[in-house]
Amino acid sequence: MISEKEKNQNSEENVSEKTESKKGFGRREFLDAFLKAIPAGMTLLTFGSWNNKLHAQTPDDTKTSRPPTDENNYAMAVDISKCIGCGRCANACKLENHVPIGPHTMRTWVERYVIPSEGEVVVDSPNGGIDGFPDQQLDAHILRTFYVPKLCNHCANPPCVQVCPVGATFQTKDGVVLVDEKYCVGCRYCIQACPYGARYMHPEKNVADKCTFCYHRISKGMLPACVEVCPTQARVFGDLKKRSSPIHHFLRFNPIRTLKPELNTRPKVFYANADQEVR
Amino acid sequence: MDQVISALDPFTGFIYPNEYHLQWELLIVLYPYLTGLVAGAFILASLERVFQVKALLPVYRLALLSALAFLMVAPLPLMSHLGHPERALEMLATPHTTSAMAMFGFVYAWYLMVVLLVEIWFDYRADIVHLSNSTKGVFKYVYKVLTLGATDVSPKALDFDDKAGKLITIIGIPSAFMLHGYVGFIFGSIKANPWWSSVLMPIVFLFSAIVSGMAAVLLIYMVTCMIRWKPIDMSCVNKLSEFLIYAMLVDFTLEFLDFIHRLYESEESIHILGQLIADRLFLSLVILQVLIGGLLPLFGLVMGRFGKLPDELRRMVYFISCVLIQVGIFSMRWNVVIGGQMFSKSLRGLTVYKVHMLGFEGLFAAIGFLILPLIILTVLVKLLPPWVDKHSEKAAA
Repeated sequence: MISEKEKNQNSEENVSEKTESKKGFGRREFLDAFLKAIPAGMTLLTFGSWNNKLHAQTPDDTKTSRPPTDENNYAMAVDISKCIGCGRCANACKLENHVPIGPHTMRTWVERYVIPSEGEVVVDSPNGGIDGFPDQQLDAHILRTFYVPKLCNHCANPPCVQVCPVGATFQTKDGVVLVDEKYCVGCRYCIQACPYGARYMHPEKNVADKCTFCYHRISKGMLPACVEVCPTQARVFGDLKKRSSPIHHFLRFNPIRTLKPELNTRPKVFYANADQEVR
Repeated sequence: MDQVISALDPFTGFIYPNEYHLQWELLIVLYPYLTGLVAGAFILASLERVFQVKALLPVYRLALLSALAFLMVAPLPLMSHLGHPERALEMLATPHTTSAMAMFGFVYAWYLMVVLLVEIWFDYRADIVHLSNSTKGVFKYVYKVLTLGATDVSPKALDFDDKAGKLITIIGIPSAFMLHGYVGFIFGSIKANPWWSSVLMPIVFLFSAIVSGMAAVLLIYMVTCMIRWKPIDMSCVNKLSEFLIYAMLVDFTLEFLDFIHRLYESEESIHILGQLIADRLFLSLVILQVLIGGLLPLFGLVMGRFGKLPDELRRMVYFISCVLIQVGIFSMRWNVVIGGQMFSKSLRGLTVYKVHMLGFEGLFAAIGFLILPLIILTVLVKLLPPWVDKHSEKAAA
């Protein structure tokens, strides 16, 4: 027989249990749920961080298309140590900008540098790196090897703009060098004046053609196609006039050089970790 | 059939992908060559007019007409080479003031309209008035139009013509220097190209222009004398070859200075430029420009002018020397224009050039552009006879 006291005790425990279940978790359930939530939470946190990283490259203030102003000054940075030479950038550029197919009309391309312990530096860029790079057999011991994406440097002091006889090549207010294909006479003086080999004669349009930083995209707040597709984020695009821009962060924390600085073209494609052999 | 004359070796080293095709081809070699002939011929004419070198009188008018004929053709290779020739006049209508090339239209127009045509008109005005009275048929009206209504041939008017012509020539000398110095500047100001980028480029172009122009006029004079069965004025050709020797010496010295300067400075590009000369330009630079087109005709002219040769042999030496000078100067233009594009701006490789046979930029077009000025000159000579045989006869008498 259960005594009256015990009955009362049992009924009190039941009540308290019912009350606890009404309140939510017990200690056990809480710990159980907490442990289960850890992997899911970590996944979410990781996703959030990548998401932030991905979106951090979008210039903050160009989300809608609008006329260029001098409040922006677009530029690109390339971390050579991150480039894996996949050539996706060069391919994306061809597709996005309808660049003529073929290895000799490139708005952007990837060069492979192989520096042996002795002898000449070997550089190649078969089809701009779009189809990858074939194995290279060198007799000498290899000191260093790396890939270098190249494109128009959108110089702040562009020799191509200086020499254009009709002003068909010009600098936009937001610092991008463009070609007006309806105005270009096709004299090719700009191609001669570019120290970086970044220009070519469009075989169908018969005008000079070059990288535009995907102006049709960046003016809508999107990234250039080459930056968008780069799997290692070797390319960083941004606005030099915005401290919040990722390029500011990049320029602050990386050793930077530009190509052929002695020519005083003041390039706006900045290279991090670039070897002195890069020209 | 196309792309027949293949260049020497395949590609070597690394070139940027966009450097595979040469942008400026044979026609752009012709352009500085033709403008050089203009400037040289005009400066030769000014020697007689301004500096009173009377021995050159037989070639004075011929030099002016030759300059005009070459000047009329000079822009055609440029126009043919443009991707959009129909937009060519944009250079004049909306020029970009920082562009050396945009200034071409103005320098050209100034030289053609203000210098050459006006000088020729003042020089020929009395003759044109005379011809408008003495000829018949269509030509009478052509000459009447050419007088522009100024038919006064009084001594006072002729004196004015003479003074005006002299003034125009004085303006014309710096203009001729500007015309060709500027062509050199188009190349010399390209800092991206170490083969071109040189402060000496305009002045090297200028003196090579004087050399080629004088040699061309000497050739034209000798050929026209042969065609007309007239004796060649030896004092004229002697004097002309003397000036030619001086101009060649200056030209040669300047080019040598440029070469030594590059070699001594030995900048980053010296390695690839050395390869360029050894592998790509050996024939056109060392053999054709320096030896066959430079030193050999210089030796010939010196022998012809200062050696004791019979007149007939002397004439032959002058003639051959002047032909070789044309080969040398054309090679010089080739070496600048084509040579400057045969190495990569990465300074790591050499490219090749294939001369196209057909098309607007082909070999046949180029030959056509070289023949065209001679056809124009023939017409000009028929219209405005430059011969001064009477003067020579009088002088001889």
